[in-house]
Amino acid sequence: MISVTDLTVTYEGRRVLDGVSLDIEPGEVMVLLGGSGSGKTTMLRHIIGLERPTAGTVRVRGVDINACSRKELEGIRRTMGVAFQECALFNSMSIEENVSLPLHELTTLADPVIDIMTYMKLASVGLGEAGRLMPPELSGGMKKRAAVARATALDPEILVFDEPSAGLDPIVAAGLDDLILLLKRAFHMTILVVTHELASAFRIADRMAMLYQGSLIAVDNKDSFRASTNPHIRQFLDRVPEPIGQSVAVHNRFQELAGMAGAKK
Amino acid sequence: MNVLEAIGSRVIHDLSYVGGLTIQFWSGLRSSPRVLPFTGRRGRWLAAMNQMAAIGVDAIPIVGIMSVCAGFILAMQIGSELKRWGALQYVMDTVAIGFTRELGPLLTALVVSGRSGSAFSAEIGTMEVTSEIDALRTMAIDPIEFVMTPKYVAAMIVIPCLTILSNAFGILAGAGFMYMTTKIRLSMYLHYIYNSIDLQDVLSGMLKSLVFATIIVNVGCMEGFRTRGGADAVGRSATSAVVRSTFMVILADAFFTAIFYLVHKY
Repeated sequence: MISVTDLTVTYEGRRVLDGVSLDIEPGEVMVLLGGSGSGKTTMLRHIIGLERPTAGTVRVRGVDINACSRKELEGIRRTMGVAFQECALFNSMSIEENVSLPLHELTTLADPVIDIMTYMKLASVGLGEAGRLMPPELSGGMKKRAAVARATALDPEILVFDEPSAGLDPIVAAGLDDLILLLKRAFHMTILVVTHELASAFRIADRMAMLYQGSLIAVDNKDSFRASTNPHIRQFLDRVPEPIGQSVAVHNRFQELAGMAGAKK
Repeated sequence: MNVLEAIGSRVIHDLSYVGGLTIQFWSGLRSSPRVLPFTGRRGRWLAAMNQMAAIGVDAIPIVGIMSVCAGFILAMQIGSELKRWGALQYVMDTVAIGFTRELGPLLTALVVSGRSGSAFSAEIGTMEVTSEIDALRTMAIDPIEFVMTPKYVAAMIVIPCLTILSNAFGILAGAGFMYMTTKIRLSMYLHYIYNSIDLQDVLSGMLKSLVFATIIVNVGCMEGFRTRGGADAVGRSATSAVVRSTFMVILADAFFTAIFYLVHKY
């Protein structure tokens, strides 16, 4: 369904993704793990076609999204729903206007039909009675669910989540996990979740991939992942902190600040 | 970096900005029919009407006050000189021609640039930093058509209307001055004005106001779309939108005034 091949991304000489390849099969939940700054969100932005890579290809349903025409890209985007980390709800619109926006913009359905579909989408995420509220009036969990309702408005084949559990309490986060599993079961959606929340990842994943410093170091099912002996995966799973101040760059900077001889400029 | 490199880098940066503006302008122009009533997409014309209220109706008081003040100042400054030559009646020509050709479009553009140009930039900049623009893109909705074009269509309608109002307020302020100094009545004043200005004066002002509207909307939106970072970046974009659009409005004014001068001359 999604095929990433040798994806390389460089920003101002810094390599953020280094030849990453990943295939996501139809109907599976793929969880992309990684620490802060590992390149997860960059990879997600390339998969949904918001950025162009330095090298490599991203194919969605067999189409290279960086080489296709604008019309083809729009067609692919209509089959994808994206729930952003910050929810990205339009603050000037009510929740039901947010959810009905893609239906109004991209379909020729009559308004009463759109109203019914909007209510169904909101009800499916438990926000049936919150449609008239504005985004600032919602709690963090409600905003996330509203973003999911909007992302699923056009019944997409592919659903992409960026840090769905970030900033949520464990109970609300568990509710969101259930919602993701429900969407997979009920609509057989292909789901990509970018997260660093381990509990959530192990609950929803069919397969897991891990990014470390811009490289993909593992792609496996969750049991193999849990049993991995890779030191970077173990450090991540066992929550071992990175030693502060032991990197060469930090050491050099301390020496430079202290005016010590031999400091590298 | 030596001086030549610095100049070259600046020129490339400015050319890329103008290139970006041109592409954005073309995209906005191409999507304009989709905002118009009957032919356009549902909801777009309503968005344009809301923008007309924000850009035009809400700006009437400030445009009115500024135009009255400017008209009165112009009449007093010119009057104090012309009085010495016994040619006070020419104040009427100067105010009428000055407003219809120049001050009406310019004052209106400066007010709209300060009020709405910064608002466009802040609105779109906030949408950019909160990923709302990205959300539009992932939904296969063109951000330029959805966010900018209703503003553009609204500005192309209301800025010329505001300019006509500004002309009227400025000329009426001149009438006030003339009544106070020479007791010329309003009907006589208006009759004189009617004879002193050509349709060409009014049309040249209208053409300028359309160009200014294009500049203000495009620069304001461009600054918004280029916003990266957080709340401080939104503030910087809003400031930059006002400064750049004001500068470009003045440049365009100088260019068009020179063109009209040459056309009149030959």
